[in-house]
Amino acid sequence: MKKSHLIFQLFLTFLKIGAFTFGGGYAMIPLIQKEIAEKKKWITSDDILEIVAVAESTPGPIAVNAATFVGYRTAGFFGAFFSTLGVILPSFVIIIAVSFVLERFSELKAVNFAFFGIRAGVLALILKALWSMYKQCPKNISAYIIMAASFVLAAFLNVNILAVIIGCAAFGLVSSLVAGRKMK
Amino acid sequence: MIYLELFLTFLKIGAFTFGGGYAMLPFIQEQTLAHGWVSQEELINFIAVSESTPGPFAINISTYIGMTVGGFPGALCATLGAALPSFIVILIIAKFIQKFRTNKIVAGCMSGLKPAVIGMIGAAVISVGKTVFFESGVSLRAFGDVRLWISAVLFLVMSVLAFKKVHPIKIICVSAVCGIIAGYALEMLNIT
Repeated sequence: MKKSHLIFQLFLTFLKIGAFTFGGGYAMIPLIQKEIAEKKKWITSDDILEIVAVAESTPGPIAVNAATFVGYRTAGFFGAFFSTLGVILPSFVIIIAVSFVLERFSELKAVNFAFFGIRAGVLALILKALWSMYKQCPKNISAYIIMAASFVLAAFLNVNILAVIIGCAAFGLVSSLVAGRKMK
Repeated sequence: MIYLELFLTFLKIGAFTFGGGYAMLPFIQEQTLAHGWVSQEELINFIAVSESTPGPFAINISTYIGMTVGGFPGALCATLGAALPSFIVILIIAKFIQKFRTNKIVAGCMSGLKPAVIGMIGAAVISVGKTVFFESGVSLRAFGDVRLWISAVLFLVMSVLAFKKVHPIKIICVSAVCGIIAGYALEMLNIT
């Protein structure tokens, strides 16, 4: 297959993935598996497990991480570029359209009533997301200390989030290195 | 300049949040509120819209905030900013991804970041909760407001649904319908 054709295929495939998955990130993984690994065979299922693992420890949206990685593996830099563009584009277009519509109807009473209800639902969704992440998080003393500390710092002491992130990463690094040394 | 500010802010958010989606929320919340770009209430509405439209949550909410703050170019700058760090980092590590995964320093930092995200989302639950339940500020008088109790009941019901793994979009739709019914009911009873 000609490379430009391959890149175009990548773009289309990720466009489809971006347009038909809700919630992003993990919700996209099964579709990537089906479209890219099983149908097109551009990468293997093992590659997908790898990208899921890596996406967690690299910054940014998981969907972008995955698209960039798959695109790069398949067709180098331009593959990465067009896969990422493909996955972002539907979101971008749809949100712009939605924001126009909502702005026009924002004065409507029914819309305001709806959002009054929705906000309570969103709080429930965030709580659920918190619980899912808690279940996946390794549980040990140092993890509990970090959880408690970052909660207090962010919720009550208004410490800036970037400082909390960097501080906790450093704390995790130091405590894991110390623990590693003790094991030896 | 607003566009540059949007780009740099979302670049920072994209570069320092790990885990995607809701893990980005505390940082997005802090930054957009600090800049005065949106109110807490608007931000919660945005979360709902981002969750019920296709595509990655993080991209949706960045585009939405960018669009609200600076129109189309604003949306472009915010989205580009949020995606760029991710794109660059993956390009850099794609060649030695195996080594990256087993790297002790990366694993060490992650062992601190994962619980930190949980603590920070916990903090986000508190501040979002304040906005949801206490629309006009936290006070004892607020407990006399029937809207608080409607929100509380809705929140409890939706939490049960969420924990029963009902799809987020359904939860948002059901809460919207309940909100509309409650709103018109209160109006008919002349309670506002």
